[in-house]
Amino acid sequence: MLKFLKIFVPAGTGVASVLAIAYVAADQFVIDVPAPIREMVEVEPAMAQEAAPAAAAAAPITTLTAELSPAPSMAGGYGLGREAMAEEVAAWDTDIRPDGLGLPVGSGDVLTGEELFVEKCSMCHGEFGEAVGRWPVLANGYGTLTHKDPVKTIGSYWPYLSTVYDYVQRAMPFGEAASLSNDETYALVAYLMYVNDLVDDEFVLSNENFTEVRLVNEDNFFMDDRLETEFPLFTQEACMTDCKETVEITMHASMLDVTPDSGVVRAAPAAEGAAEAAPVAEEHAASEEPAAAEETGGVDMALVEDGEGVFKKCRACHQVGEGAVNRSGPQLNGIVGRTVGSVEGFGYSNVFNDANTAGQVWTEETLSAFLENPKGVMSGTKMSFAGLRSADDRAALLAYLQHASN
Amino acid sequence: MSTLYKGAKPSRRSFLSGALAAGGAIAGASMARAEAAPEKAITEVQPWRTFLGDGVDARPYGVPSEHEKHVVRRGVEWLTADNVSSINFTPIHELDGIITPNGVCFERHHGGTAHIDPAEHRLMINGLVDKELVFTMQDLLRFPRENHVYFLECAANSGMEWAGAQLNGVQFTHGMIHNVMYTGVPLRLLLEEAGLKPNGKWLLAEGADASGMTRSIPMEKALDDCLVAWKMNGEALRPEQGYPLRLVVPGWEGNMWIKWLRRLEVGDEPWHHREETSKYTDLLANGQARRFTWEMDAKSVITTPSPQAPITHGKGWTVVSGFAWSGRGTIPRVDVTLDGGKNWHQARISGPSFTKSMHRFYFEFEWDGKPLLLQSRAHDSTGYVQPTKNQLREIRGENSIYHNNAIHTWYVNEQGIAENVEIS
Repeated sequence: MLKFLKIFVPAGTGVASVLAIAYVAADQFVIDVPAPIREMVEVEPAMAQEAAPAAAAAAPITTLTAELSPAPSMAGGYGLGREAMAEEVAAWDTDIRPDGLGLPVGSGDVLTGEELFVEKCSMCHGEFGEAVGRWPVLANGYGTLTHKDPVKTIGSYWPYLSTVYDYVQRAMPFGEAASLSNDETYALVAYLMYVNDLVDDEFVLSNENFTEVRLVNEDNFFMDDRLETEFPLFTQEACMTDCKETVEITMHASMLDVTPDSGVVRAAPAAEGAAEAAPVAEEHAASEEPAAAEETGGVDMALVEDGEGVFKKCRACHQVGEGAVNRSGPQLNGIVGRTVGSVEGFGYSNVFNDANTAGQVWTEETLSAFLENPKGVMSGTKMSFAGLRSADDRAALLAYLQHASN
Repeated sequence: MSTLYKGAKPSRRSFLSGALAAGGAIAGASMARAEAAPEKAITEVQPWRTFLGDGVDARPYGVPSEHEKHVVRRGVEWLTADNVSSINFTPIHELDGIITPNGVCFERHHGGTAHIDPAEHRLMINGLVDKELVFTMQDLLRFPRENHVYFLECAANSGMEWAGAQLNGVQFTHGMIHNVMYTGVPLRLLLEEAGLKPNGKWLLAEGADASGMTRSIPMEKALDDCLVAWKMNGEALRPEQGYPLRLVVPGWEGNMWIKWLRRLEVGDEPWHHREETSKYTDLLANGQARRFTWEMDAKSVITTPSPQAPITHGKGWTVVSGFAWSGRGTIPRVDVTLDGGKNWHQARISGPSFTKSMHRFYFEFEWDGKPLLLQSRAHDSTGYVQPTKNQLREIRGENSIYHNNAIHTWYVNEQGIAENVEIS
């Protein structure tokens, strides 16, 4: 095809530019032609294939356009796929809309919601939705939307309560999505209304009263108006010469210096620092490969790999391996053989502090028992995790934790 | 200059700073070399000239040269609470042309990368349709396909720069973008297969990942140019880009391009889910917020020189390079200024000009070694001209996070080192 084109393209015009024009024309064609006309240019796929050589002989550019023609519609469809069963649609179609469409039958009260929230959500969002670290703040922030640093919460910013229900049942708790019952979800939403001062602690939320709730910021959202407000300003002719008399630098990024170290060459004094940092980066790269190779001796790598899969359940809160730091759970390097509750800078539950004072040390056996039934073994732990029932999973996880710690 | 080749291979970083430390001497180096000692790179026989290289199967799936190890996605740790719901950035200062290689396309996910067995993946269409349908991946491969190159830009790209110059690297200020060729079936054909009911005006697209990502899409767009794609740049989607199936919503904010796509629901109203209310809405200075700001405005940026890619050769001919894009069409023109916008020059666009795709531009000039204030300004096919940050701030304030398409400024000093700045 390309050889062929070279013959036909006039000398002095690059093949690429002709191709580009043809592509653009075709692409715009796809977008600009309204649906009814598109159906008129319907082509049988088999026919299109047969027609190609003949068209090429006549006019190469036409051929290109034909090759770029939109995928044809088929009257009555292509007969592909199968009908979805009602149970299948019900299993996946759990979304909720502001008008209440999709809300399941159920109810939950503020106090039940509080218990659930403290157990399942507070490690990231704080007990009253005030947030831990950089996790989302869920409560209050009223009156801050015009401030320099607005606090956008369910109460201060979100337009619809249905969004809360939908998101909680869809994606929360983080790392254990789609695990809440309908009543639990109603209870959590009720508690989130309570911490946002929308209801008192007697309140019960249900599918019956759900759509009566209005959030305060609903009316402050409006449809994208850029075409009306910005387009006229930003379609004026651009100045090309003598556009300004003077230009001053008003702000330097280096004043803040929040850029991650990534080979950015900084101005004079800092440039030396960057050069010094280079060997460190190399050392780091060098140390990774031998470690991966060495460790295979005596370690069941298949078990470690399984354990890495199990660890997905943990990693929303815990880190392990090089550079692991405390998140909403303590970092887990060297956990087997480590004194219970001993990671510096982590605020443990009382039961962990007591075990620490008693000098208890994690062994494979004690850790496995804890992982099987966290709340049973360490009563009062704030770790929100139901436990690993499978002994295989626990063994794999322990293998992974020990491997990743090295 | 030749000292750089002594001993262990220098890292790119030490190479750059070493070159800069040599300062102005570099400028004349190429001229002086003829009189100095001949270059060992030429006079000595290199090992790769003597010994046989790797056989054909050394790397069944090829990887970049070991000398390109620095060309990777990078994150900004303080930006998000955790790396599971986070973002990293395309190394755009190291790329050229218009196609982003699959392995360095930036990642943004809200519940981690799902690893899905395509044999267990299903796409469901339900709601206001004549027939609620389920497709396997094999079913989808039997529909007519299309190929298109489109950019995907996160609405939050450059979002950290609203209040001022903050991150010193184009990878971090503009790297939430990639541009690849997609292969897939037009969404229109799938909806026609199910048969739209007359009141089916909106579509909810849903992902199969742990965030169950959802976005509402108006039906006009769904029937216009959206694709349900399984290939990027000719190969299967990467897991972090939605393997085995993703939605392509050309020109619109990246969050709508649902990855790990498992369901399309037809409805008569939008759903107002989390990613179109609490997030991806644009808060203005007066406390009101724009919703459904789908289209990505025309934008451009200079990728070299930039803080991660300084000028290392001293005075003389140099190439300013960058790219431009618009969610509303093509880019017929890009202007470049060397003096902070006093005077502008039309840049050269090279490479195919597809609608809603990146366009590569170049501006070659002879640098006199004096400081530069570099900017680029895109014009799109609708006549829209990329605005300044101050023009945007006047309308939107500083808290809208998303859709910062402002002209960006690099200050290049006498040494060729570039810095992210704002100017009057």
